[in-house]
Amino acid sequence: MRDAVVTGARSPREIVDEAFSRARRVRAGADGLNAFLWSDEASAHDEASRLQTRLEAGKGGSLAGVPVVVKDNIATLGSPTTCGSLILENYRSPFEATVVRRLREAGAIVVAKTNLDEFAMGSSTEYSAFGRTKHPLAPALVPGGSSGGSAAAVAAGITPIGLGSETGGSVRQPAAFCGIVGVKPTYGRVSRFGLVAFASSLDQVGVFGATVDDAALTFETIAGRDPLDATSADQQVLKYGEPVSSLDGIVIGRPREYFPEQLDHQIAVHCDRALERCRALGATIRDVSLPNTNLAIPVYYIIAPAEASSNLARFDGVRYGLRITDDGLRGMYEATRSNGFGPEVTRRILLGTYVLSAGYYDAYYAKAMQVRSLITRDFSAVFASGVDVLFTPTTPTPAFEAGSKSDPYEMYLSDIFTVTANLAGIPAMSLPIGRVGGLPVGGQILAPHFAEVKMFRVARALEKALGAEAHR
Amino acid sequence: MSISLDEVRHIASLARLGITDERARVAAVELSSILQHMEVLSKVDTSDAADVDVLAQSGMMLRPDTGPPIPLERSPADFVPELRDGFILVPRLATHEDPEPAP
Amino acid sequence: MSTRESSAGGTLERTAARLAYEMVVGLEVHVQLLTRTKAFCRCATEFGAPPNSNVCPVCLGMPGALPVLNDHVVDLALRAALALECRIHPVSIFARKNYFYPDLPKGYQISQYDRPLATHGRLTTDGADGTSITVGITRVHIEEDAGKSVHDRFPGVSAIDLNRAGVPLIEIVSEPDIRSAAAAGAYLRSLKQLLEFLEVSDVNMEEGSLRVDANVSARPVGETTLGTKTEVKNLNSFSAVERALDAEFARQCALLEAGQRVVQQTMLWEADPGTVRPARTKEESHDYRYFPDPDLPPLVIEPSRIESARRSLPELPAARRARYRESFGLSAYDSDVLTASKALGDYFEDVVRQHRDAKTTANWVMGEVRASLNASRRDIEEFPIRAADLGELLDLVRDNVLSGTAAKRVFAVMAETGERAAQIAQREGLVQVRDDAPLQAWIDEVIAEHQTEAARCANGERKLLGVLVGFVMKKSGGRADPRRVSQLLAERLGV
Ligand SMILES: [Mg+2]
Ligand SMILES: [Zn+2]
Repeated sequence: MRDAVVTGARSPREIVDEAFSRARRVRAGADGLNAFLWSDEASAHDEASRLQTRLEAGKGGSLAGVPVVVKDNIATLGSPTTCGSLILENYRSPFEATVVRRLREAGAIVVAKTNLDEFAMGSSTEYSAFGRTKHPLAPALVPGGSSGGSAAAVAAGITPIGLGSETGGSVRQPAAFCGIVGVKPTYGRVSRFGLVAFASSLDQVGVFGATVDDAALTFETIAGRDPLDATSADQQVLKYGEPVSSLDGIVIGRPREYFPEQLDHQIAVHCDRALERCRALGATIRDVSLPNTNLAIPVYYIIAPAEASSNLARFDGVRYGLRITDDGLRGMYEATRSNGFGPEVTRRILLGTYVLSAGYYDAYYAKAMQVRSLITRDFSAVFASGVDVLFTPTTPTPAFEAGSKSDPYEMYLSDIFTVTANLAGIPAMSLPIGRVGGLPVGGQILAPHFAEVKMFRVARALEKALGAEAHR
Repeated sequence: MSISLDEVRHIASLARLGITDERARVAAVELSSILQHMEVLSKVDTSDAADVDVLAQSGMMLRPDTGPPIPLERSPADFVPELRDGFILVPRLATHEDPEPAP
Repeated sequence: MSTRESSAGGTLERTAARLAYEMVVGLEVHVQLLTRTKAFCRCATEFGAPPNSNVCPVCLGMPGALPVLNDHVVDLALRAALALECRIHPVSIFARKNYFYPDLPKGYQISQYDRPLATHGRLTTDGADGTSITVGITRVHIEEDAGKSVHDRFPGVSAIDLNRAGVPLIEIVSEPDIRSAAAAGAYLRSLKQLLEFLEVSDVNMEEGSLRVDANVSARPVGETTLGTKTEVKNLNSFSAVERALDAEFARQCALLEAGQRVVQQTMLWEADPGTVRPARTKEESHDYRYFPDPDLPPLVIEPSRIESARRSLPELPAARRARYRESFGLSAYDSDVLTASKALGDYFEDVVRQHRDAKTTANWVMGEVRASLNASRRDIEEFPIRAADLGELLDLVRDNVLSGTAAKRVFAVMAETGERAAQIAQREGLVQVRDDAPLQAWIDEVIAEHQTEAARCANGERKLLGVLVGFVMKKSGGRADPRRVSQLLAERLGV
């Protein structure tokens, strides 16, 4: 698509129009998928014509003319940034996220801001203040979350790429549910400047792509150190380069903790098929163990809410966003926050405040941070033992029905295979490896810190080897 | 480990979340059941868990003592709920003769 | 609680009680660092800009904005910690102190908690009586300032100005080593002087670049365990600190005497009527929920950086006082006065560089110069007489070109016009007269006018010689060279 634009075969305007007509066909708006919280054809046309002049000046960019959707917890200029929350319902950011700036500089055109679980807290995109996003293949199902809007838009073919955010699997899990590629970079690989913080030590901007190549190209465009983010790493971004289809010499670990008894049988079957394909390409498959895996969910649901309770304190009605006045200052704080935040966000703020509060810090937060380092050590040990990447299912089940997970903790468990990568800070991605009952199933590849290139190499080879099987 | 109704009220107050007793009662149950799942951590031996010094490694990126600031593409008038003479206005505290001293 | 607690008990009992108890004080001092930009964003730190004009997404706490630490903040904090003889920690951690307040944009203050930049320091203060007290420094840590809440500008509402939000501070916490209000004042003055010499802050209490909170407790004399402490705030000058400590100590002594307990709480000093009263208790006890700030990796300070900071430390007040005593042979008192401010000491040394004689220079700087500064309410930096010019003036006195009296008159003109001494002396005809002819003429007149004194002197009342010299000096308008005059007189009267 990008080449067609650069060579002038197709104009940015044409591509933008296509995206919008596709969006209308699949009813991306509130009346349909409800994947978009904001979308403006006119402003997209302006961007297209600005790009046109750039192209005529010979300044294309690696994503020239590529339409992109952006999760609405990433700050953009010229459009709202609501985080799917009433507390920011009419909020427009006075600055733009580094990742969005880099996409625009590369010639990409933002066509929509997409729906999400409020402040990215959820795994189904049901907890949006502006209504749930529907699964593109089955409206009764969830697309996964929290980046469900971007996942649904890319899966529905509106744009080839999209931005999401990851804290515990919010890109990989919806990618798996929707049958597309989702990437969570190494912590620090991509700037968080402009990503509205949920849990700062876990958050990373992630990318969706219809294919591994689309995702990898988008990743390369947004990755790299940012002087505005002290946690962004000073690690050069290696180009993904020429795809190699052979996996000679690659050792793929199969961690037994990710293939439990109760794992959906057909998902296990698809994983084995995928591993079989890799072996056929020359890879060695090795059974490995990550003994602390079962502790990941408890650790995650202490650390993430704790950081969230502090990160969301700034939404106090003083400087921006919703303000509801009530008796005195405290009245304003409490009215604004209790009306502005939805139930799940409130639940997590309470949980996080509790685990940080006097007398509980050591038992919960401090302990969780220590166990977190044990989980990280599990991965380092396996990778140090000569394993190049790990392969696991992305989720324990395919997309589930909206409203089917009433118990919060049961919902939390749908992140069970994805949170570990966020806790360890390693890169991970999901790609389609088949279907169960017509619903997509994702396979997850995990790699050592800053080894995205190796991760993409395996993903690309597997994608090619599976071919149409990936969607059967 | 279960959370009492009073504890829920206390943390809700710390977090400036005005929640009804009804909601507080529900939250007490929800949080207690979530925390049950956290109990497993107390049994984990973390005696040799990594210390921050290990995480420190290279240390943090610093910036030179120079401007200009990151520009505000929209002026405070566009986003501040109540602005007068350049000041951000808020309801006066009950204890306003005793403003919490700056740190 | 009554707001007049500080006067609980009669004066007599209070005095008696105070004798039986010992004051124990630790001080927390917040110091604004001299940086161009804020601690975690690139906004200017200048004082007195229009409200909310020095703000950006970071210090406004906008969603998605992130902090990045200012390198120079680390330099200045290091300098202060080293001068306070602290142990610098190679790894220190920034933490979030969580509480809601409208002038705290993020809902937390970025500070340092259980892993501060530096600990285990000390500051030694020379008391006036030659004795010196050493106060332990518990910790020095880096943190950001909050904004300003103005409660009296608009009716019924508070007005928030975030220009100060994010300005870099160091907090210097002392051990409870201070035993009297006077000692607290002495500690604060030498701390202020130290920070000024280090050029880490403009230590200006009016502009809030130096703020003091005091932890006070009382215990029976001889007792070694600490009593219940209160924290005294709203101390806006060093004398306020001293008066507040005495008032709070008296209040606690009165309570203990009456067999009551001291309640741990925050007290506010009110200069008028000079009492402490309990701060309005907040809605809830504080629970700051400190935890490491995940936006800021650990601050790692290489040994090389500590070393170069140590090497770049300027001469500190104590060292300078010692040097003045040893190499200039000045008295302890003179050394203290001349090192009171770095600038005054620098001026003094510049004059010595020209004139050489340190003692004379010291007398002039401490006398004439300081008097003129006080009179004109000027700082030494804006003093019109350049050090070299004052040196020249003192040279003229030494070479008997000017008499002491004449020199003082020349000095006065110099302070007005900034002209050079020699040219003033010429114009005003103040150059000392040493040729015998004019001197003899004046002597003749004096002898004619005071024949009796002259005769008695000639007859041996030698002490009258001085009187007669005085008359001649007077006649000459202070220009005659007194030594030559008395020689000539002695010859004339044959004594
Ligand atoms: Mg402080
Ligand atoms: Zn700023």
